[in-house]
Amino acid sequence: MSVARRATGWSAALAVALAVTVVLSAGIGPVAVPAETVVKAVLEAVAVPSLAGGELGWRRPFEYSLRKSNRAIVMRIRLPRILLGALVGFALSAAGTVMQGFFRNPMADPSIIGVSSGAAVGAVASIVVPALIPFGLGLEPAAFAGALITAFGVYAIATENGKTPVATLLLAGVAIQTFLGAVTSFLLLHSGESMEQVVYWLMGHLDNAGWGDFVPVAGVPVLPLFVCCCFLLLLAYARDLNVMLLGEEEAAGLGIEVERTKRLLLAVSAVMTGAGVAVSGVIGFVGLIVPHVMRLVVGPDHRILLPTAALAGSAFLVAADTVARSGAQELPVGIVTAAVGAPFFLFLLRKRRVHEL
Amino acid sequence: MSRADPTDEGPIDRDFATDGPVLSISDLSVTLGETDVLAGVSLDVERGELVGLVGPNGAGKTTLLRAARGSLSPDSGRVQIAGEAVDGLSAKAVGRRVATVPQDTSISFSFDVREIVEMGRTPHVPRFGSMDEADHAAVERAMERTEVAEFADRPVTEVSGGERSRVLLARALAQETPLLLLDEPTASLDPNHRLRTFETVSALVDEGKAAIAAIHDLDTAARYCDRIVVVADGGIVADGPPEAVLTGATIGDAFDVDAVVTTDPVTQRPRVTALPDDLAAADDPDIPPVERVHVIAGGGRAGPLLTRLDRAGVETTVGPVSAGDSDADVADALGIETVEFDAFGEIDAAALDRTAEYVTAADAVIVADVDLTDGLVPVFDRVGELSTPVYAVEERSLAERTVSQAAADRYRRLRGGGVAASTPELLESLT
Repeated sequence: MSVARRATGWSAALAVALAVTVVLSAGIGPVAVPAETVVKAVLEAVAVPSLAGGELGWRRPFEYSLRKSNRAIVMRIRLPRILLGALVGFALSAAGTVMQGFFRNPMADPSIIGVSSGAAVGAVASIVVPALIPFGLGLEPAAFAGALITAFGVYAIATENGKTPVATLLLAGVAIQTFLGAVTSFLLLHSGESMEQVVYWLMGHLDNAGWGDFVPVAGVPVLPLFVCCCFLLLLAYARDLNVMLLGEEEAAGLGIEVERTKRLLLAVSAVMTGAGVAVSGVIGFVGLIVPHVMRLVVGPDHRILLPTAALAGSAFLVAADTVARSGAQELPVGIVTAAVGAPFFLFLLRKRRVHEL
Repeated sequence: MSRADPTDEGPIDRDFATDGPVLSISDLSVTLGETDVLAGVSLDVERGELVGLVGPNGAGKTTLLRAARGSLSPDSGRVQIAGEAVDGLSAKAVGRRVATVPQDTSISFSFDVREIVEMGRTPHVPRFGSMDEADHAAVERAMERTEVAEFADRPVTEVSGGERSRVLLARALAQETPLLLLDEPTASLDPNHRLRTFETVSALVDEGKAAIAAIHDLDTAARYCDRIVVVADGGIVADGPPEAVLTGATIGDAFDVDAVVTTDPVTQRPRVTALPDDLAAADDPDIPPVERVHVIAGGGRAGPLLTRLDRAGVETTVGPVSAGDSDADVADALGIETVEFDAFGEIDAAALDRTAEYVTAADAVIVADVDLTDGLVPVFDRVGELSTPVYAVEERSLAERTVSQAAADRYRRLRGGGVAASTPELLESLT
């Protein structure tokens, strides 16, 4: 079967799984909403452009008689959170897949070059010492800026004469993560009354999500578009990523501009991860285990692996967040992903299937 | 670039039709860290040439190959592929001109064999496009030529080392480049795979590709390459056909080892035997106080003995040995006077007379660890009539060596002076 057909088939199947997860998740909560109602509520929000009376406008083709409260619960409360989770899972998992291939290292995850640690410092600083944040940036922009500054710093440290050896990058990333961990701890010590807020952010969370978290500009949600663009760019480099698995020198011999490709992959993965972490905090393990699991299922070819891992990560995070919010006490979703993901990962490890990429 | 017709067989020449050499390196110098790896190297390789790059470890063979494909930036000098300077080309353009078969063949990702070969098309496929028919045709052709097609759908992690190296050769062929670089392509292969690999490469070269192979094993280089370039101490020390390049002197200089070059009886190509230190040492303390010896050789058993005697400066004669015996070749290579007789004939009276003369002139006769055949009976009889002391090297047991009982009886009577289990031991007993 051709790669394109396999990629399409797998992606379609996982997209359906994601849609089902989203619908089921939107029905779960203190007030149970039937799946049918969820679907209807979503359909109602669909608008198509129309020419009515010679004037361009929007028309809503679907209309159902739904209870107002159910509609509000689905559309205002649950769906923003679920879709945000889907988006973050998508971004983290895609970036994790790319980083594992890039580093040819099974332990690589989206934060490997310090993106999450940088975001954490930015976010925690904006909570604890907001006066120190320039331009009066809010929490999310501060976290995003922290992520990007860190990623660029690690890259700059590891680069010499226009070349960035992967091993140096990895070690520089570890060192910077450790250093930034110290900064975060220090800020945490002096966080006083805001300590709870800081800890909560650090654990990774999706609560209180609203449509505003999608960064709408003139009615257009910028965040999903941004993540999609990043993803498509990564997808365009999937073949290069395959060849890079053979080693950089061989990849160069096969016509890959290795350093340029590395720069691009790193930058795109970093902004994607940074965007995800900025809105949701540090949600661990999604970007580490989902790519591994999908690699076992679909193989190492990034043209198939990248879209499937992204969709699977999306569904996984939605499911994990559903668990996180449906218990007696709401948990940060980072706890759920780690608590579920780590044992599963160990299980795979014991079965000796995840030793390599 | 023009896309090849899928029915076309091997569009090697289409895109790079130039009259000049495929690879032209001039005055190339490369420094890695503090070391000058290459200094002022110039090399032209034409279409239809398979060049064997030989030289000791660390001589710069791999560096030369890396420079040839633009993987490292030289300190000075120029590398041109198919008429274009390599440092001015994009990675993609280089990938369409040079293909490399790497030395390290481990692949730890479970791509199918076909997928690995398809990666060879990377420089031909546009970023926002997929492989077209010409690409698929090139992949199929490459897999057929290398006999990879039969296991094309198996994961590359599950094929044997020999098969994997053919997969990498197929990948390089799929690139359809005018120049092929091979870095120790057969170092870890069994003789069968080695033969098949080089036969495939030779056929490609005959069709108009140019190939450079870094080869450690001199015999392999001599056997398959029409031109050998010896790299040593950062420069090219010899360049030419194997017979001209692979001489004891050249190899001695390049590899810092004493070697004997003989002609392989089967392939008729030069065969290089490096001698261990104890054989090669000219100032060995175990040298006997004899000035002239005669050796009774045959069956290829006397090579080390002859070499050692020659290195020690002992005047040596040999015979009788049949023409074509590798002992005769060794003697010839060392410039030792030899009594030869026709390969299928008997030892005639003239040969016996000459042998007797040599024996009389010698201070000692050494019987090498030869098979004791009927043919030796008259030789032993004749030597027994003379007064020159006789010594023997016995590496194998008498029973093992005995072909003719008559010869064995005479041999036992003859060896009076000393018997040694090895050549060095004998030389010691002679003192």
